[in-house]
Amino acid sequence: MDLTEAVLITIVTASTPLLLAAIGELVVERAGVLNLGVEGMMIVGAVAAFAAAYGTGSATLGILSGALAGVALSLLFALFAVLIATNQVATGLALTLFGLGLAGLIGEPFVGKPGLRLDALPIPGLSAIPVIGPAFFTRDVLVYLSFILVVGVSLFLARSRAGLVLRAVGENPEAAQNLGYRVRLIRIAAVAFGGACSGLAGAHLSLAYTPQWAEGMTGGRGWIALALVVFATWMPSRVFLGAYFFGAIAILQLHAQAVGLGLPSQAMTALPYIATIIALVLLSRDAILLRRHTPAALGRPYVPVR
Amino acid sequence: MTVESATSAETTTGADAPAKGLAPRVAMRAIAKSFGSVRALTGVDLTVMPGEIHALLGENGAGKSTLVKILYGALKPDSGSVEFDGERIADVSPAAARSRGIVMVFQHFSLFEALSVAENIALALPGRRADTALSEEIRTISRRYGLAVEPEASVAELDVGARQRVELLRCLMQDPRLLILDEPTSVLTPQEADKLFEVLRRLSAEGCSILYITHRLEEVRQLCSGATILRRGAFIAHVDPKAETVASLARAMVGSDVPVIAEERVSERSEIALSVRDLSLPRPGLFGVALKDVSLDLHAGEIVAIAGVAGNGQRELFDALSGEQPVGSGVLFLDEVDIGTRGIAARRRAGLALVPEERNGHAAVPGLALGENIVLTRHGRTDGTVGNGVVRFSAARRLAARIREAFDVRAGEGDPPAGSLSGGNLQKFVVGREIDRKPRVLVVNQPTWGVDARAANEIRAALIALARQGSAVLVISQDLDEVFDIADRIAVMADGRLSEPQPRHDMTREAVGRLMTAGEEAEDAA
Amino acid sequence: MRLEVSLRGERGLLLDTLSALVALAVTVAIAGLIFAALGADPLAGLHAFFLSPLLDAWSLQEVAVKAAPLILIGLGLSLCYRANVWNIGAEGQFTAGALLGSVPAVLFPDWQGPLVLPAMLILGMVGGMAYAAIPAFLKVRFRANEILTSLMLAYVALLVLDYLVRGPWRDPMGFNFPESRLFTGDQRLLRLVEGTRLHAGLLLVVAAVPLVWFVTRYTLAGFSLRVIGEAPRAGAFAGFSRARITYAVFAACGALAGLAGILEIAGTVGQLRPVISPGYGFAAIIVAFLGRLSPLGVAMAGLVLAVSYIGAEAAQVSIGVSDKVARVIQGTLLFSVLACDALARYRLRLVTTPAGAPAAGE
Repeated sequence: MDLTEAVLITIVTASTPLLLAAIGELVVERAGVLNLGVEGMMIVGAVAAFAAAYGTGSATLGILSGALAGVALSLLFALFAVLIATNQVATGLALTLFGLGLAGLIGEPFVGKPGLRLDALPIPGLSAIPVIGPAFFTRDVLVYLSFILVVGVSLFLARSRAGLVLRAVGENPEAAQNLGYRVRLIRIAAVAFGGACSGLAGAHLSLAYTPQWAEGMTGGRGWIALALVVFATWMPSRVFLGAYFFGAIAILQLHAQAVGLGLPSQAMTALPYIATIIALVLLSRDAILLRRHTPAALGRPYVPVR
Repeated sequence: MTVESATSAETTTGADAPAKGLAPRVAMRAIAKSFGSVRALTGVDLTVMPGEIHALLGENGAGKSTLVKILYGALKPDSGSVEFDGERIADVSPAAARSRGIVMVFQHFSLFEALSVAENIALALPGRRADTALSEEIRTISRRYGLAVEPEASVAELDVGARQRVELLRCLMQDPRLLILDEPTSVLTPQEADKLFEVLRRLSAEGCSILYITHRLEEVRQLCSGATILRRGAFIAHVDPKAETVASLARAMVGSDVPVIAEERVSERSEIALSVRDLSLPRPGLFGVALKDVSLDLHAGEIVAIAGVAGNGQRELFDALSGEQPVGSGVLFLDEVDIGTRGIAARRRAGLALVPEERNGHAAVPGLALGENIVLTRHGRTDGTVGNGVVRFSAARRLAARIREAFDVRAGEGDPPAGSLSGGNLQKFVVGREIDRKPRVLVVNQPTWGVDARAANEIRAALIALARQGSAVLVISQDLDEVFDIADRIAVMADGRLSEPQPRHDMTREAVGRLMTAGEEAEDAA
Repeated sequence: MRLEVSLRGERGLLLDTLSALVALAVTVAIAGLIFAALGADPLAGLHAFFLSPLLDAWSLQEVAVKAAPLILIGLGLSLCYRANVWNIGAEGQFTAGALLGSVPAVLFPDWQGPLVLPAMLILGMVGGMAYAAIPAFLKVRFRANEILTSLMLAYVALLVLDYLVRGPWRDPMGFNFPESRLFTGDQRLLRLVEGTRLHAGLLLVVAAVPLVWFVTRYTLAGFSLRVIGEAPRAGAFAGFSRARITYAVFAACGALAGLAGILEIAGTVGQLRPVISPGYGFAAIIVAFLGRLSPLGVAMAGLVLAVSYIGAEAAQVSIGVSDKVARVIQGTLLFSVLACDALARYRLRLVTTPAGAPAAGE
């Protein structure tokens, strides 16, 4: 295994949680809902997945429990932000603060415990391709799922009727209601999907990236995923590119620390955060591009008239 | 979804139903609806026969929209019954209404801007996707009714007329049995309106009933064979509009004679107060209109009205005049002083007063009290509401009280929030707030949009009085009646260009209509 | 069965206060459930968590000391949120203030005298302000979302602190502990009462509350940020500059958070450490909302949140639940506040009849 291959493998590992969380949030935002609670859902997903896998010895149960924990938290968000129309920004912040606290509390007994690592499932044929094979096709189930989700969400939004309805709801909920669509139900479903994806992202962190539980182990990845959705102008294929770009930065800074460029390690650790700011600035400069792609009703509370 | 059969003959045929024996397409009986403590409808009846073009008349706030929303299933009545083709409708929802063939063209467009025409139409057709088959169907129907529409176009790029064609087409593709149109001609040129009437007559001949909501009474006399009149949520009359005059219809709507604005006025033109010289601005953002070589001299003591269909650059012109959009030097002068580089507050200090189109959230903050809303445009040094950076809210409240008194603004006790006022009263308040300053120049965008007839007349009279006192007044309005009522000179805005203002007596509606489409013709010729 | 929402009329002070109190009550009830779920006696837990901090002098001092940064930052955030500016990086501004404010004490350890403390406090405010100016600039100039930029900068600030206390600012006499040297003499805030932890910085907090109240209630600047927050177009129409207000609220919040940071160091901790805040910058978001974005409310809410920190420690000692329960209860509190706020604004009705029941009549 040469260095390129090793680096590529770790980049895929680091990118997968970002990709999972961002693709989920993309669907939520295309339905017109801004859920800033990604970080909270992700970390609860991480601790739930770790605890379940540790307790039962089954990685599958770990993954399921991570996804379910994400869904549970997202439904809490939906209850507030969608059903009783609270301010979405504030509710998302509440979810993050609550999730970070809850995960810390649940995870306390698991600190320092050895975790389970997801098995690699080589895909016959593809896994034999040099370099690419080991990096992309000799991986765990969540890596494959992240690829499937990018393609699936992409097709869903562009081709399916349900995807069209979801976009309509994010564009003009009042008009969608006039056409007889159940706006809040559709939005709750989207939020729950986003929760599941964030939970899976957390599960990948605690079952594959670093198979252990540590408080605050998401380290702002939920927020980077949120930035990725903006960065990708709400398009699934660009979310994929963005997630891999940030995954690469995270890994390269680790390698740079190992090599020792004479820079303090904290400067390297700060790199993904600074890269996020720079990416946001570069993208946001183009107001017209952003406006063309932003779901028109994003973040606006919707109260149906009866 | 449950449908009960009508129980007896007398529930289906009212005394004034036009044809006995034939079940009406729609029969609404004794409909009542309240929103909190506000009674929007009390005991309203409405009957529309198959193939009939029926007008629903009433002022703003008379309850037309509420009644129609009930029919369409978007609102549920508190009491009363709705029958469709003789069947009692027990279940009210937009989906159920649409499955019966009740479709509606909304006044405020209900299209999805970021989606294509075909996607917009697919959303209204159960189970359909925006594929090539649908596009083909759209083209077929659009040819049949002469509604030119490109299925692949994005709605965001269409002008208002084209958007209305999309809405209409979307309705036609649902095989409508009852088509509801809410103020459809308010966004159309007279020529476009005539085309719309042709389509509607053709639909009516095919057996589709049409419920036509408008306040343009001449249209009703031309087009409709029956009319139901509402006033303050109550049923007033069911009439044959062809047997009525415009004046008699207006009287029934308003409940009393509508005062006519004093006709002949001597306009004494004096020096130029506001001058716009070759103002060109690029398209602001995605959905705006570029301004092209707009020039205008506004004299003290006169009212110039700018007519035109919405979305032809009126909003952009207003923003440029107000200073919300910077214009640079050399294009905008107030009393010979170049104000183009100044911000809105500095322009106010120079004597400019402004009333934007949107009352809530632009001219006023709905959540703030009237006294606080005064401060929005009256925080200059000479206004007396601010001293040393501290707001004198008591002085602002006194000012608000004075304006309420002078302009007969009816609002709750004390100092109520702006959002609690009716459209007409809030508009009188924001117009009054500016007139009270005795400005050198007043620019008003859509002064009476969505305002009841009485308040509209009061506002127009106040604008005329202001001009008589020597101020220059620029009115931007879509309402041709209003334009001809109050203007000394009339200009027309089309596709970001402004025509040369002409004295009102030299203008006709036809001429204005031709100017409204001038931009399109120029493009066609090119 | 479905939930119907309709807008209620105006909201008043009474409704605001009532809904905050209801939110608090709901949180207490949920906290009881949490204690039960953790296998503790709920009543003992609630007593330890919410009451015991108020029952002895030592705990009351601690509540006051913890409330100080929460109130200062909460005041700053309330200004931002009123103007619809979503600064959530106050933790970073707090840290930046602590760092720049510590410069005199760390780099000039022998500097004593009446000027050193004012210099530290001013530098603290400048540090917080300058750090808050970054997301403000990025928002005004490039329209970059301030939620994300301010939060990312918070992470960066914490890393800078970590670097400094482990690297260049580490105390040479400190046995390699990652800590700066101890601040001494005039570099420390005076004690209000000898033998307590109450420091003179608390007076600044007491002064800040009425000051912010006056600015928001009576000045044109305060009025303009309310208008911009509620209706940006109306604000532009009034001639208020959105850019200037964005800078102003970020700067004000940064200054208050920076002041909180240096007060915490010079008043309570006495030196820089890798962790100087138990998440004050984030908890202050809850303070701002619980306080209804009003200065007096923020003062009350700051005390409530301070109680939750002290109470969690008490609960750990007395009934053996983890003190991490504090953040769960704080999160619950924010949810309750938002829900009660929505309930005060909207009328909610649970409709149990099937959709589209037959209308009455005939």
